[in-house]
Amino acid sequence: MQSFNYTRPTTAQEAVKAFADAGAGARFVAGGTNLYDLMKLNIEQPLHLVDVTSIDGLDALSTDGGRIRLGALVPMSAAATNERLARDYPVLVEALWKAASQQIRNMATVGGNLLQRTRCMYFRNGADGAFPCNKREPGSGCAAIGGLDSGQAVLGASDACNAVSPGDWPVALTALEAIVEVQGPQGVRSFPVAELYRLPEATPHLEFSLAPGELITAIEVPQTSAGRFSTYHKVRDRESYAFALASAAVALEIDGDRIIEARIALGGVATRPWRAKEAEQALVGQIFTLARAREAGAAAFWAAKPGRHNGFKIELGARTVADAIEIAFKRSRA
Amino acid sequence: MSCPEEQSLLKGPLLSRRTALHGSAVLAATSIAACSARAVDAEQLKPLPVAPTHAVTLRTTVNGRAIELEIDTRTSLLDLLRERLALTGAKKGCDHGQCGACTVHLDGRRVASCLTLAAKGEGRQVVTIEGLSDGATLHPMQQAFIDHDALQCGYCTPGQIMAAVACVAEGNATTKERIREYMSGNICRCGAYVGIVAAIEDAASKMRGA
Repeated sequence: MQSFNYTRPTTAQEAVKAFADAGAGARFVAGGTNLYDLMKLNIEQPLHLVDVTSIDGLDALSTDGGRIRLGALVPMSAAATNERLARDYPVLVEALWKAASQQIRNMATVGGNLLQRTRCMYFRNGADGAFPCNKREPGSGCAAIGGLDSGQAVLGASDACNAVSPGDWPVALTALEAIVEVQGPQGVRSFPVAELYRLPEATPHLEFSLAPGELITAIEVPQTSAGRFSTYHKVRDRESYAFALASAAVALEIDGDRIIEARIALGGVATRPWRAKEAEQALVGQIFTLARAREAGAAAFWAAKPGRHNGFKIELGARTVADAIEIAFKRSRA
Repeated sequence: MSCPEEQSLLKGPLLSRRTALHGSAVLAATSIAACSARAVDAEQLKPLPVAPTHAVTLRTTVNGRAIELEIDTRTSLLDLLRERLALTGAKKGCDHGQCGACTVHLDGRRVASCLTLAAKGEGRQVVTIEGLSDGATLHPMQQAFIDHDALQCGYCTPGQIMAAVACVAEGNATTKERIREYMSGNICRCGAYVGIVAAIEDAASKMRGA
């Protein structure tokens, strides 16, 4: 691992300044569960780490006025056990407790998790030169396309990259149209979480829309009556502590048997947290039936393109969406 | 072993089971040999030189004992414990947070020490498997692992026990299913899971009664 300087500022302003002062090669680090891991693999090689975990006031979780506000430093495990969230937004707590292990959730933060990098095995295991990767080394090529691609994306891939966006939490936040707040050299700004993630296109090494030196400080979830009848459904190779093969965040607003509003986002199948508007449109205004849920699931994957070994994700993903719709709807019957 | 310093060493930084075993092999498999072998331990704990710009001074508390030392910024909490403090209970399994063998408590919460920068221990309380027992009296979880034969090779066991103690404290040891879910970050390649779940259920009832 490359040597690095380490500083631990106590305000966001100091952190932003420390980042700017450090020049090229600076990175913010919070829990470090992803960054430090990738540093051990020589994929991330920062020269200066700005540890943001001592910044005051970024670890509060507030539910005042129906609006959910999470400071970026709230540990994933703390948000996962918030009773108000569990009652009004089960999709959020399920996305959290179904992610990682309790050890990792105690370390990782709700802000840092938004920036988790792909688990593509060619990305992770090729820093010694064994495999090309356009994320690691722009322009070097992609070993996953046409390779052992059973874990790769079927939605949002390009000729340069088909690596899956690995997160669960960002998928749930995408469904609920959460807002991300950042502080940077140009001041404070906020934007929908969906805008944080870029498609790979010809530049898969550019994964996030953050400017250099911008620090995520908070996440806000706008109030929605679709939150209560919601779920995060995650299908994996093993029952726990694994990344999603396919997952679906579904939140429904329901009147009687009729679905008034639907929010659906997909994980494990796409190159970014994937909003499935087509699936939503297949449900809105409709009476819930299992057949309707399956139609919506299929609609979510109309644009999907299989590679050599990952075609199963299209059928698995469609059924995962259908099951999630059923789970969310049944919560309105309880 | 009946080394006179056994108990104090268990909670201090100078005990190295590795050294003790090494000493036993080279000299003689007696408790006296094991004790004398520890004398050379401090020599082995000298760190590699590090440039001042890549060093930090760390002040932390490990198993109740205040520690102050200079570390390379790259050092993981696991390597600090094992290579600088000779606390080799926490194990290096995968070194990537995937196996749980390195689990310790940081301010009372379980973490993967391999993915924790040691520098993050500043001003905080670290508890390892060496700090769990009350003198010669094992923690109920340690005793339960023995009673339920919850191990085979034992390599994952310190991490399993530290995770299990936290699992109970969090309120996540209420059913077999919940225990399995909240212990999923600890892999046992020998497959002693049946005994591990039974041990946690048993210890949980004793810990709640305590």
